[in-house]
Order: sequence, then structure tokens, then C-alpha cells
Amino acid sequence: MGPVALLTVVVLAVFVGFEVVSKVTSKLHTPLMSGANAIHGIILVGAIIVAGQASDPWVLGIALLAVVLATVNLVGGFVVTDRMLEMFSGHKRARTPASTGAATAGGTAGTGHPGDGGSGGGVAGEGR
Amino acid sequence: MSLLTPEWTALLYLAAAVCFILALKGLSSPRTARRGNAIGAAGALLAVVTVFFSARLENIPLILVAIAVGSAIAVPVARRVQMTQMPQLVALFNGVGGGAAALVAVLELGHNEDPWVRLAVVFTMLVGAVSFAGSAVTVGKLQELISTRPLLFPGMPWVMGAVLLGAVISGGLVVLTGSLGFSLALLGLGLAAGLLLVLPVGGADVPIVISLLNAFTGLAVAASGVVLGNVLLLVAGTLVGASGTILTKVMASAMGRGVAGILFGAFKGGSTAGSTALSDRPVRCSSPEDVAVQLGYAQRVVIVPGYGLAVAQGQHTVAELATALAARGVEVVFAIHPVAGRMPGHMNVLLAEANVPYESLRELAEVNPEFANTDIALVVGANDVVNPAAKSSPGSPIYGMPILEVVQAQQVVFLKRSMRPGFAGIENELLHDPKTTLLFGDAKDSLARVLGAVKAL
Repeated sequence: MGPVALLTVVVLAVFVGFEVVSKVTSKLHTPLMSGANAIHGIILVGAIIVAGQASDPWVLGIALLAVVLATVNLVGGFVVTDRMLEMFSGHKRARTPASTGAATAGGTAGTGHPGDGGSGGGVAGEGR
Repeated sequence: MSLLTPEWTALLYLAAAVCFILALKGLSSPRTARRGNAIGAAGALLAVVTVFFSARLENIPLILVAIAVGSAIAVPVARRVQMTQMPQLVALFNGVGGGAAALVAVLELGHNEDPWVRLAVVFTMLVGAVSFAGSAVTVGKLQELISTRPLLFPGMPWVMGAVLLGAVISGGLVVLTGSLGFSLALLGLGLAAGLLLVLPVGGADVPIVISLLNAFTGLAVAASGVVLGNVLLLVAGTLVGASGTILTKVMASAMGRGVAGILFGAFKGGSTAGSTALSDRPVRCSSPEDVAVQLGYAQRVVIVPGYGLAVAQGQHTVAELATALAARGVEVVFAIHPVAGRMPGHMNVLLAEANVPYESLRELAEVNPEFANTDIALVVGANDVVNPAAKSSPGSPIYGMPILEVVQAQQVVFLKRSMRPGFAGIENELLHDPKTTLLFGDAKDSLARVLGAVKAL
């Protein structure tokens, strides 16, 4: 992508970012901050790319550390936000969407488990 | 395994970016907040699955193990953390995200010759390191591992200036030479800048700094998108950077502060210095029975919950007390200061956890005109948010912060642990007012004893 195209994307994203949160009530400041915090955990994608291209063991080690840190940010962020919002949604329907958060977390964690040979397949199963 | 074409990859990343926008949109309204968060998580999962199929990656088993390790650390912590300690956890997650971005940038340095891309590398490293170190300090302050009071040493502004100058120079050298040595120096200077930026911030302002650092991490992630040529990182990071900046401004104005004043106020000297000394001026103490009589025969009671209630885990007891009073025909409402607890909106989360009905929660602007016809204002473990100094003494560090005007109520009852000043470290004149009585003790204990006495009336 050329620099102008990148700049276009950035400027539009800035306006969208301003716009979507501009009218938020103070009750939701904490969950919103926490949710936004989870979203920047998507640096995990960058960490995976770097780790996947690493050949030097040092580079690989640091890249894997970045993967761990980014996963903590991403997965932890969404789970803790869900827990906060669970409090808001009242006592009745408290359990159902909680499993969404857990499933996401479990799903990401689950991709690690079929480690003995079938790991690629595990991810494929996740994707389709 | 077969790979996705670049077009498909781009489309899937676009879908993930749309999910993030919908997530932020959803999180801005109480009805849709939870679904919004779930959509964001789904977008993240989609993006992570996509990356495995978008390029030929080595080391996939190790990467999956690293993801499993990260999840195994994060999920139990996120699920078990006390709601009172949640601000620390959010700060911690933010810090590790910033750290991850900085590490990614360092590793990508060798692959890039283009000076513009190297500039993005420098930006990511610096901002990521500031966010990492700054978040570590906020966690320390919130856990009270380090003093919540502004930490300053003589010549600090000069040291900060030198660090920033050093960062600019080493950043310039990294752009010109691509040298790993200079980039490590840059990382070190970024960490130092993060420490120096947050140490002088007073305890009461820490939540705003967390929000600001959150926006910083967003910007670092956006810059890493330029480094890696990945549009999703660019869009997601920019979204968080922009929305985080707005959120920081909104939070700061809810506290009557400017962001620059919070960050640099302590440097100007004097203004943020409160008193730590315990006051020995006389106060009127009360017993649980007296408080119960006051409350039980009142017509209208406004309960002002603060952080002390949260630390004592008293939210369920206060909810019971409200129910018991309502059963006696007393009108009870909760007045929620925007920054009650440790973060904006934190108290709403805690009371919602205790099943306090949404309708009995009042926001600051709604409740302030009602204090004049309130019999009793019951302040539970709050201090700074009701301190009239915010309106009356221009020299006070909290001057200008909107407060709950409990001073207007007929009588004021404080449940307090001690005469120790609040998180902002300043004395509260209201405690010495003739219409104020105090009941000392742990908030939950005091509430339980008052509740018992109310039931016995």
C-alpha cells in the first residue's frame, strides 16, 4: 500500500474512533477503556508474523515472548471486559453471553493443545 | 497447507476491523455493551486465525504453545480478579500490549531499509516502552506498592528533558543507521520516560493516565501496522488511539481536570502537595444505633459510596441496608460520582454486582439539586468526591473537580476507617462541620452493625 493510501486509512480510522465513543455515558467509561484495551491486543497478529519469520533463535525467543504478552493483552482484555459487563446485565441472563467470552478464550487456547502433530489441522478446524 | 490469496487475507482483515468498530460502538451504550465486546472478541479470533493462513509461517507449534501460555496466564487472572482490583488489571494488560508492540518493532528493524518505515519502528519502540513502564507505575500506585502521592525529586523536569532529548537523538540515529545498539538505548530511554511521566501523577488522577497510556499503546500498534505493512494493525491501533484520546478527555473533564494539568501539574511545584498529617481537630463520633435511628426515621436518604466501600467488599451489605430502609418507607437513592471507586464507572460495576436496581442510581448532575431536601447523606468510604475544598479553596489539588454536594443535606454521616485523608491526600473540612457525625470502622462492619440496628428499630 502506498503512503497516501495508508494516510487515507489512518485519517478515516481517526474519525471513526472519535465518532463511535463521543457520546458515551460515564457509567461505561471503565468497560469501554477495557474493551479498547483488549482491541489493541491485536498486536498478537504482528507478533505471530514476526515469530513465523524468525530463523535466529534469539529473534524467535523474543518474538515468542511478544506473542505471550500480546495474548495476555488480547484474551485477558476481552475476558475481563465481559466480566465487568456481566455485572451490568442483571441477574437473570447473566450466564449465556459469559460463555461467549470463555469460548473465545478457550478457542484461542485450544489451538495450542493439538500440539502432537495435528496443530495445523487444529487451526484449520477452528477457521472453517 | 494451502494459503489464502492476498485479496482474501485483506477481506478477512477488513471484516475483523469492522468487528472492532462495531465493538467500540456497542461498548458505548449499556444495552449493547456486552454484545459489542463479544463481537470484538470474534473479530480478534478471526484475525488471528487468518494470519496463520496468510503467509507461510515457520515455528507454528511454538507459536501455538506461546498463545496457549498467554491464555493460560490471562484467563484465570481475568476471571478471578476482585472487582476492586480491576483497574490494576486493565493497566497491566495495557502495559504488556505496549511491551509486545515495542518488541515486534525491534525485531522488524533489520528487515527495513526505508527511512519512513524505520521512523515508524522508532515511534513504536518509544511509545510502546513508555506505555509499558508507565502502566507498571500505575499498577504500583493502584496496588499501593508505591506511594499514591506525586513522587518528585529536585531537577526532575531537567532529567525528563534530557531523557526526551536522548530519545530523539537515538531515534534519529536508528532511522539513519538501523543499528540495534541505538534501538536498545531508545528502548531504555522510553522506559525511563514512562517512569518519569507517571511517577509525579497524584493517586486520584491515575485512572486518567491509564486511559491515556491505553491510547498510547493504540498508537504504537498502529505504527507497527506501518512497519509490518499490515492494514488491520494500522486500523485497529488508530481506532484505539483515537477513541482512547477522546475517552481520556471525557474522563478528565468529568473530574474537572485538563490532561496537561494532570501530567505536568506536579512539575509546577506546590499545587499537588496535600497534607498527610492526621488531623487532631475535634469531630463528632457516633454509634451504629444512633446512625440507625437517624436513617430509620428519615424521609429521604442519599447514600454516597466510595472506594472504602469497595475495598471492604461492603457493596452487598449497603444494598441490604438500602432495602431495609426502603421497607420502612424511607426513600433511598445512591449518588454515584463519575470517579467513585478507582476508575470512572467503577462504582456502577460494583453496585450492579450487588444487584442494586439501576433506577436507584443517580448521576452527579441529577442528584446535586436534590441534596437540599435530603435528610441524611450517608457517605460510605468516600472522601475526596464530597470534599467542599473542590469548590471553595483554589489552592487545593482537587479544586475544580465536580463534587457531590452532600454539604447541602440536613445532616451528614460519614462511615470512615480513620481520619486518614483520601486518595488525593487532602483534608476534608466537611468532617469538622457541626452537622456531620462520624462512625469509625471498616465500611462493611459498620454497615452490618447499622443494618442490624435498623432491623431492630
